[in-house]
Amino acid sequence: MSTIIIVAIIVAFIVIVGLIFVGMYNGLVRGRNRVKEAFAGIDVQLRRRASLVPNLVETVKGYAEHERGTFEAVTRARAMLERAGTPGDAAQANNMLTGALRSLFAVAENYPQLQAAENFRQLQAELGDIEEKIAFARQFYNSNVLDYNNRLQTVPTVFIAGMFGFQPEEFFEADEEGRAEVSVDFSPDVPAAPAAPAAPVDSGGDPPATGASG
Amino acid sequence: MSMAEVPHERVLIYDRIGANKRTTFFLLVGFTFFTALFFASAAVVISYYAGYDPAADSAVTVRIAAFSVVVATAVGILMYYASTATVLMVTGGHEVTGSEEPELYRIVENLAIGSGLPMPKVWVIEDSAPNAFATGRDPEHAYVAATRGLIDKLDKNELEAVMAHEMSHVGNYDIRIMTIVAVAVGLIALIADLMLRFTWFGAGSRSGNKDKGGGALGMIILVVAIVLMIVSPIVATVMKFALSRQREYLADSSGALLSRNPGALADALEKISQDPEPLEAANKATAHMYIENPLKEHGSALNSMFSTHPPVEERIKILRAMG
Repeated sequence: MSTIIIVAIIVAFIVIVGLIFVGMYNGLVRGRNRVKEAFAGIDVQLRRRASLVPNLVETVKGYAEHERGTFEAVTRARAMLERAGTPGDAAQANNMLTGALRSLFAVAENYPQLQAAENFRQLQAELGDIEEKIAFARQFYNSNVLDYNNRLQTVPTVFIAGMFGFQPEEFFEADEEGRAEVSVDFSPDVPAAPAAPAAPVDSGGDPPATGASG
Repeated sequence: MSMAEVPHERVLIYDRIGANKRTTFFLLVGFTFFTALFFASAAVVISYYAGYDPAADSAVTVRIAAFSVVVATAVGILMYYASTATVLMVTGGHEVTGSEEPELYRIVENLAIGSGLPMPKVWVIEDSAPNAFATGRDPEHAYVAATRGLIDKLDKNELEAVMAHEMSHVGNYDIRIMTIVAVAVGLIALIADLMLRFTWFGAGSRSGNKDKGGGALGMIILVVAIVLMIVSPIVATVMKFALSRQREYLADSSGALLSRNPGALADALEKISQDPEPLEAANKATAHMYIENPLKEHGSALNSMFSTHPPVEERIKILRAMG
């Protein structure tokens, strides 16, 4: 009789521990999937942004042909963004593109005809909108990463994570330091650029600006 | 600004969703039960006046019971699916597209991305009093509404902060509970009102033939019916309280988390609460849904006791402390 009770207790114990393990494992998988899904949200916006770049460069070229350095920087950043494999790479490329676009728009300030062109203004507005959306998507992604990484690195889930090889995910870092100074970066052949207002791209929106400083 | 990265916050929100779903479920069940009781008592009163005595005639009792259960279940199911449409109809607005209201639409779009929620439908209420609310049964069937006054009187950051507050109601499943409460309260008030009139009318006509039917049992039934009628608005009020106050603080803080701009929400609340105009379409049943009390009845102690919103000064103070 007593052996049956002991066996039952042992079995119950194993079952409970097993269920807890399954729960933790599933929680980690869910967390990882959430991070992936959140990154897809950023990726959509990054692609939208990259797809507008050639059009923008063509438009600006029509008015300001000799600003070659600026165009190259933009094109290079775009190519980097399209090649980016990990969230970290994508973030870095995106920050480069942000900087390059900023100097492009700063350059554009010197061409009133370009400023007046309907096509250019539309592109500028759309890029501004995308930039805001990237900032929001980044916020959502990072909060998911934080949630997942915290679970991954704390007891008791850390044991499960170790056993099944769960890896912490990368944050999508925004380059706040670059923001104010970028327009100077690509300006060796554009002496007038530093004097121009730094950030016409997000003239419409402050939340990304505040978001980026968070 | 590192508050966006407080790890407990998200866990709290997941807890919140579960709690909200449970509360809504119990509310619906409770309301259905209450409706059944109500219809039963109404039917008892009606049949009593019609000359039947439910206490003596078991066939009548069975019929009343069956009728009440069927009606109450139907009301319960209808509540779940039709309450959003009802609220939208009562509050009176229209859906807008991205090209009609680019700024508002873009703000909601961004906030949907920032919170990982599907894009809700955006409604505008043509009223110059600034206010906003969210409704729907889940994030997949959600609506956020802003008044024309809100769009006109708030700057972009403030508008974004207000819509972020509304989006947190969506994400937390507050919308489901708030919408159902609005319709439940509206229905109870309507029925109680009708029944009270009916009883007065019935009592008047009955005084002529006092000897018909009746007795002590009839009186008891009548008293029960009247008590139910009196109790129902109180139940409605209690239900509403249970819901709103803490909910608004929570939506304020998770909204601030989303827009990353608690100061803008504080400014917006200041503007909304200081605006002298009352919102035409708002009433007691829907008042708790808005970001700030649309009825403009601040002041008296009684009002503050029965108010559905926490004191706006307190909310502003908390938000200012966050920034």
